[in-house]
This record gives sequence, C-alpha cells and structure tokens, in this order.
Amino acid sequence: MAEVQRRKERLDRGIKVRAESIYAVSSWEEAAYLLAPRIILVLGLLLAPLLVQSPYWKRVVTVVCVYGLLGLSFDFLAHFVGLVSLGGALATGVGGYASALANKALGLPVFLSIPLASLAGGVVCTVLLLPCLPLRGVYFAIVTLMYPLVLSRLVEAFNILGGTDGIPGVQGFGGPWAESYIIISALLLCLFGLRRLVNEDLGLILRGVKDNDQAVKASGISVTRYKAIAVFIASTLGCLAGAYLAHLYMWAGLSLFALDFSILPIAATVIGGGGTLVGAVVGSMILIPLSELLREFGTLRIAFYALVLMGFIVVRSEGLMVWAQRKYHQFERWVQI
Amino acid sequence: MNMDKPLLKVEGLSKTFGGLQAVQDVSMVLYQGEILGIIGPNGSGKTTLVNLITGFIKPDKGSVKFRGRDIAGWPPHKIADLGIVRTFQNMRPYYSLEAYRNLIVPLNSPRAKRMGMGRWGERDTVALDILEEIGFERDSFVPYKKASALPTGYLKRLELARCLALKPEVIIADELFSGLSASEIASLVPLIEKLQGGGITFIMVEHRLRELFSLANRVIALDFGTKICEGSPKEVMANPRVRQAYLGPGGSD
Ligand SMILES: Nc1ncnc2c1ncn2[C@@H]1O[C@H](COP(=O)(O)OP(=O)(O)OP(=O)(O)O)[C@@H](O)[C@H]1O
Ligand SMILES: [Mg+2]
Repeated sequence: MAEVQRRKERLDRGIKVRAESIYAVSSWEEAAYLLAPRIILVLGLLLAPLLVQSPYWKRVVTVVCVYGLLGLSFDFLAHFVGLVSLGGALATGVGGYASALANKALGLPVFLSIPLASLAGGVVCTVLLLPCLPLRGVYFAIVTLMYPLVLSRLVEAFNILGGTDGIPGVQGFGGPWAESYIIISALLLCLFGLRRLVNEDLGLILRGVKDNDQAVKASGISVTRYKAIAVFIASTLGCLAGAYLAHLYMWAGLSLFALDFSILPIAATVIGGGGTLVGAVVGSMILIPLSELLREFGTLRIAFYALVLMGFIVVRSEGLMVWAQRKYHQFERWVQI
Repeated sequence: MNMDKPLLKVEGLSKTFGGLQAVQDVSMVLYQGEILGIIGPNGSGKTTLVNLITGFIKPDKGSVKFRGRDIAGWPPHKIADLGIVRTFQNMRPYYSLEAYRNLIVPLNSPRAKRMGMGRWGERDTVALDILEEIGFERDSFVPYKKASALPTGYLKRLELARCLALKPEVIIADELFSGLSASEIASLVPLIEKLQGGGITFIMVEHRLRELFSLANRVIALDFGTKICEGSPKEVMANPRVRQAYLGPGGSD
C-alpha cells in the first residue's frame, strides 16, 4: 500500500486582524471573528452567578474576579511597564483598610467608599513605592515583597487600625446579586479599560519604558513620572480588589495583607499567559476553583495544586492565552504531498 | 553657520571609570548651525563625551553651558527637553512597537507638545510624515512593521527620527553611519544637509571619516580621552598626532 505523505499546513488568517491600526472591519464574518472571543468572555462572566447554584460557589466566582483584578494589575505592571511587583497584597491591604475607614469613620455608603478607597489607596501605594521606582528587576521585586509584610507588622505592633482584631462591622453588599455583579462588572471594565489603555499614547509610553527606558529619557520624558503613573493605575486596581474584599467579609483585618494576594495572581498570570491581560483573568478562573475542588484532599491539597500548576507551566510554558490567541489566528489543515 | 554664536560650550569636562580616564579635561565650542565632527580610535572616549553632554553620565568635573546656562549634571530628560537630543551608537528602538508607534513616544514629550508636533489625534500622521522624510516608504508596510523586524539601516533612521520628533536644536549623532552600506549613507547625507539648512546644529561622532569630512564644518579628534586636535577636516586629516592615533606609532607616513 502506498504510504500517503501528509504535511501540516498553516495559514495565518489573523495578520490583517492583528495589525489593528491598518485594519477596517469589512464584513460581518470578520467582525464576528474579531468579537467572538470577547463576547464569550463577557457572557461567561455575566452568566456565571446564574449558572452556579450554591451560595458557596457564587462566592467562589467573586473570589475569582478579585484575583482576576489582582492578576490584571500584576500583568499590566510586569509586561507593559517592566516593573515586576511581588507586593500585590500592599494594595489589597491599603484598599481594604481605606474602604473600611471610609465606611465606618466617614459614614460613606459602599458605592462611595469603594471608589474613594481605590483612588486614595492608589495614591498612598504610589507614594509608598516612589522610592523604589529607580530600582530594576529583581531589586524592585524584592522590595515590593517587603511592603505588605512590614505594614501588617506595623499595624500589629502599634495596635493601630484595630490591631490584630481589625475593623469589624463594615457594611456589606446586602445580597448575593450585588456581591457578584459589582465585582464582575468592575473586572470587565478594568480588563477592557486596560486593553484600551496599552494602545493609547499613555500605554505606548509605558511600553517604551519597558522596552528601553534610555530612549524614553532621550525623548525628553521623565521615566520616573510615567512609572509613578503606571504604579498608580495598578495600585488602584489592587485597592479596588481589597476594598471589595473588606465589604464582602464586612471586616478589614491583617489577612488583607496576606501573601496569597501577592503570589496567586502571579501564578494565574503565568498560567493564563503574561502580556495578554485576559490571561490573568483566565488563569484565575482555573486556579481559584481548582484550589476549592482540591479542598477534599485535605493536607495533600497543596501538593496536588502544585502538580497542576507545574503541569500547566511545563505543557504550556508560554501561557494558555498566548497559545490560544495564536491558534485562533491560525488555520491548520493536513495536505497530501 | 554662525561663528559668533556659540550654542554649546564645554569646559574642562572629565570622567573616570574606576582608574580609567575615559574623558579628560575636554573643552569645545559648538556654533549655531554647524556640523561638528568628533573622531577618535575605539575607546577614545567619544561615546562617553556624548553621554556627559546629554546627561546620561554625570561628569566628575567641568561644565556644559547651553546658551550660557550650565546644564552639567542635569538629568537626561531635562537636557533633551532643551532640544539637545542624541542617537545611540547601539540602536535603542522600542522593539515591541511598530516603527511609527516608536515615534508616538517622543511626540508625547513635553517638548514636542510645546513645539506643536502633533496634537491629540494627529500624532499618527505626524509620525508617518517624519518617517517618510527620513526614508521610510510611506505607502509600504515598513512604517507598520515592528522595530524588531526592521534591518539596521531602518533602525539607524529611526534613531534620527526620534530626534526629529522633538524639533531639536542640536542633534548629537553617535556613529549614525556605522553598519550602513555606502548607498545607505549616500541617501542619509543629503537629509542631514537639509536638516542643517533648516537650522539644526549637529555633533557627529563617526568612524567613517570620508563621509564625515564631506559633511563636517569642523572636526575634533580625541585620543585616550583628551582632545588632540581641532580644525577644518583638512587640517585634522593632515595632523600628525591624528594619523598616529589612528595608525599607531610609526604609521604616520
Ligand atoms: N559605563 C562605563 N563603565 C566603565 N568603563 C566605561 C564605561 N563606559 C565607557 N567605559 C570605558 O571608557 C573608555 C571610552 O569608552 P567610549 O565608549 O567613550 O569610547 P568610544 O570612543 O565611543 O569608542 P567606540 O569607537 O568603540 O565607540 C573605554 O575604555 C570604555 O571601556
Ligand atoms: Mg562609542
């Protein structure tokens, strides 16, 4: 029998689409091809609270979104500005305490205290991180890792902000629907907002800083100023997540500075694909429910968790969404030769 | 060229790296509208001198006066803001950005905005205009290619384009011609002459002496960090110390 030789042929149908700036939507098929992934993501997130039945899993959906926000914040700083921060928990802590204070001390309702705490917290985090901005690479990473540790110790040692008891009695959202849809819409807004931003002039300058800060300086632009702007944007997202958590648990405490908030978003971004923004969200959608499912394994949970994480990283080291986006734009077929 | 109008005055500039005297007591004047060449063998301190003038390295001693104001030790972005801009010897584009978007960055600088280089919504067009002027074929895909996909010739042009986006007073070009073919250089020379005609003053650090000497009004030669001679291209070419520096001892015949 004659052996049929076959070769995999790859066509790239995405070239036109990916060269965004010189592309005009010219047909419904192409528009659908462009929009389909976004629609699936938006619908998926909006329907998730309706599809899951138990309050427990509804809560998991909100936590996925919280980590999604933190992952966005990390991915934005790391892959679009070149600042690798290991201190995501700084923002959750600052944002959480700020919102609790705004709510309890100033008497502001939830819908005011969260945005206010996000912005004010963003400013506080930026000011705190200002001295680190000239640091590069691993030095910046290590110093940022210290911030949440130091702050939580300070709260404990000086017994401020409620000390180890924290601030209880923070106003809640008053129901599972508000709880879910506030964070889902916040996540979607931030995701699409950031995606827009990185292609605007401000985003291009930040990407310039990442690629080559010397050239940015040579262009008469203060690198420190733009790094500060980027840190403010990223911190505001983190503070938003923290503020939300404080109202979700109706309590602001030291656990808002927990290492999980620094590390898990990074793992989610790595699995989902760094530099895609949406990868951070997809990574959280995998990691957080997984860690819940593994609860049944008791003490072995962390081992299984680590195994799955390693599996993803070994099999798809570039990240799920980097791979998926490439495949989506490629069209493969077998041809006889 | 206007010999009574010194634009930039460098006095007694020195810099040591560890024990190495990279630049030693260098003084020079740059006149409005001229092209000043700087030559010297490898490691003679040319790039260091450029870094000192543009603020990328802080001098140990000496002053750099721009229009009478001492700018030595200023941060680089402040010096670029004055209109003293530079190219990098080893090109420094934003590799992940398309060629025209490389220019969106400088077009957003405070100086570019002050000089009216493209308001919001017009910057893409201005970027494409600059690229066209500098030799990127406008109707081709070249301006839309990522910088990482561009050959050296285009990256060198992109360096110059970044300077032009700032409407500069002085362009300090560090080995713009090296790595380019003779025909690529031949196409850049009229452009530089045109820019000079438009009022831009140049300092050109070059190894390609023939091309430099056809462009430069005056030339300074460096060796081991010190200025060994200064004058018209002819005078410098004839100088025995320059010949010795380039050809080594005994090579002055
Ligand atoms: N940042 C630095 N740290 C230590 N030494 C340096 C530094 N920059 C330059 N040098 C040294 O200073 C001397 C002058 O270097 P420079 O780059 O200015 O020479 P150059 O004239 O530009 O040479 P080339 O023609 O090869 O570009 C060299 O010996 C170099 O090794
Ligand atoms: Mg050099």
